[in-house]
Amino acid sequence: MASQEQKNVSSRTDEEHVEDLPLPAPGADSAAAQAATSGVDDLLDEIDGVLEANAEEFVRGFVQKGGQ
Amino acid sequence: MGAETEYGIHAPGETSFNATWLSTQVVHAYSRETSHRASAGGETRWDYTDEDPLADARGWSYPRSAAHPSQLTDTEVTAAQIALEGGETGDPTEPLMMNMVLGNGARLYVDHAHPEYSSPEVTNPLDAVRWDAAGDLVALAAVRRIAATDGVPAINLYKNNTDNKSVSYGSHENYLMPRAVPFKDIVSGLTPFFVTRAIMCGAGRVGIGQDGSGAGFQISQRADFFEAEVGLETTIRRPIINTRDEPHAVAEKYRRLHVIIGDANLAQVSNYLKFGTTALVLDMIEHGTAPQLEFANPVATLRNISHDWELRERHLLADGSTATALEVQRQYLNAAIAHCAANGSSHPETGDGHTAGVLAKWEQVLDGLESDPMSLSGQLEWVAKLSLLQQYRARDKMAWTDPRLGLIDLQWSDVRPEKGLYYKLLQHGRMERLVTDESIAAAVANPPTDTRAYFRGRCIQEFGANVVGASWDSVIFELPQLRRLQRISTKEPLRGTRELTGKLFDANTEVAGFLAQLLADTH
Repeated sequence: MASQEQKNVSSRTDEEHVEDLPLPAPGADSAAAQAATSGVDDLLDEIDGVLEANAEEFVRGFVQKGGQ
Repeated sequence: MGAETEYGIHAPGETSFNATWLSTQVVHAYSRETSHRASAGGETRWDYTDEDPLADARGWSYPRSAAHPSQLTDTEVTAAQIALEGGETGDPTEPLMMNMVLGNGARLYVDHAHPEYSSPEVTNPLDAVRWDAAGDLVALAAVRRIAATDGVPAINLYKNNTDNKSVSYGSHENYLMPRAVPFKDIVSGLTPFFVTRAIMCGAGRVGIGQDGSGAGFQISQRADFFEAEVGLETTIRRPIINTRDEPHAVAEKYRRLHVIIGDANLAQVSNYLKFGTTALVLDMIEHGTAPQLEFANPVATLRNISHDWELRERHLLADGSTATALEVQRQYLNAAIAHCAANGSSHPETGDGHTAGVLAKWEQVLDGLESDPMSLSGQLEWVAKLSLLQQYRARDKMAWTDPRLGLIDLQWSDVRPEKGLYYKLLQHGRMERLVTDESIAAAVANPPTDTRAYFRGRCIQEFGANVVGASWDSVIFELPQLRRLQRISTKEPLRGTRELTGKLFDANTEVAGFLAQLLADTH
């Protein structure tokens, strides 16, 4: 079952043709991160494509009952 | 140690379904997904014999008649109760699946109106990260299975802690401690640490106040929901230090410290520091080396620190002086460095192999927070989320009240990698990994080898059809040739390991022979 899940994850990634962006490694200073503006724009564009439609309605509809 | 995660559950566009019933569908879906079936088609009943949610660590027990219904966690919700709650429930003749014990030693069940994954017991923070992340894959597998099932609405699961409409649900940590440590020492030593640790392990939140109506960003999902310093409750008047005293182990020797103040973490560095630093602070409390300081108003300061993401504010201590959250964390770090050097646990060659790593990461993160918090956007969850939100705000000139920012906050924690924004950053190499994807996938199927979870998990894997019940400290077998059930007690958390029981499993493919040899060995 685990291997099946793993396969699903990787095949989805393949389908999306996610391109590796030339970005600074984690922990690099934020000035360098901000310099990679085009990479940031590409990421935001990709996220635009997966955000749920109609943000206001979706967020309003997320109602939970109490938990711990 | 171990982690519990209650997932937010949502059937988009469907407002009429009962949340508890939806949660049963998650457990049911996962039982069909896994081959680790126990008797009765997948459900392993939970053995509630040793559950006592009203026992208070301060030495008394809360009267059952006075307890809030949500405090009675030692009974299961029935179909009748779900019907009383109202809402649609699908086919009422279908059995409701409330509980599963998994082949990796974890528990998957319905807690209140949420599906909850409780990780198997582990001995170190890296394993805590690994088996907690395995729970996210369990949740994902259930979501996929439900999406492919007719008659059940599509369900999304979110690893977050609030709906931003006054409701919060928990992600708890559990730490095994010697009972000999006085509880008042735990309270005094741990409170200043818990009030400040969100600067490392907060998950970030858009909205201020329990209903999220205040504009802005804060460090923690949970901070605004805490209203007391010490108490038994977990669903109402939530306390910084929870006193629930269910050891799930030999009660004379151990206590299980039940920590309810943490945020659910997807970011591995935040999750690692949450478990690793807390375990070190508890060790210092046990040995009397924890820093001695006290906030004047712990509950208010907890919130103020969460709201101050620039980490600039000074907070009043009981002695009249002031300190920043970073200064308090630095005191704990310095005390821990000295404590671990003295007991040898952080030694690079002869240490325990984990403490040195926790101390190094803790120091690196505090240094980063001190110089420029945004430099940690690849490591700390709240910084990563804030950084993404700020990029959106800069690009689209959004105010903090823009509903798209609320959506980014929510969708950050969607367990599906094609929708969850944390996973988007991870796929782009922007979030630091501490454990590999392969080892997380392996942890979905297999238990840790160095705790009693190994015994529990392998019992489910090998003899699931004969296991009629299980809990943290028991596994119950039913054999066709025996008239009564055989309950195996597992009250010592560090027994039942691969070293102690692996050969027994390997040598016996038949449950009767396995039990006979197990009982012969232990009697």
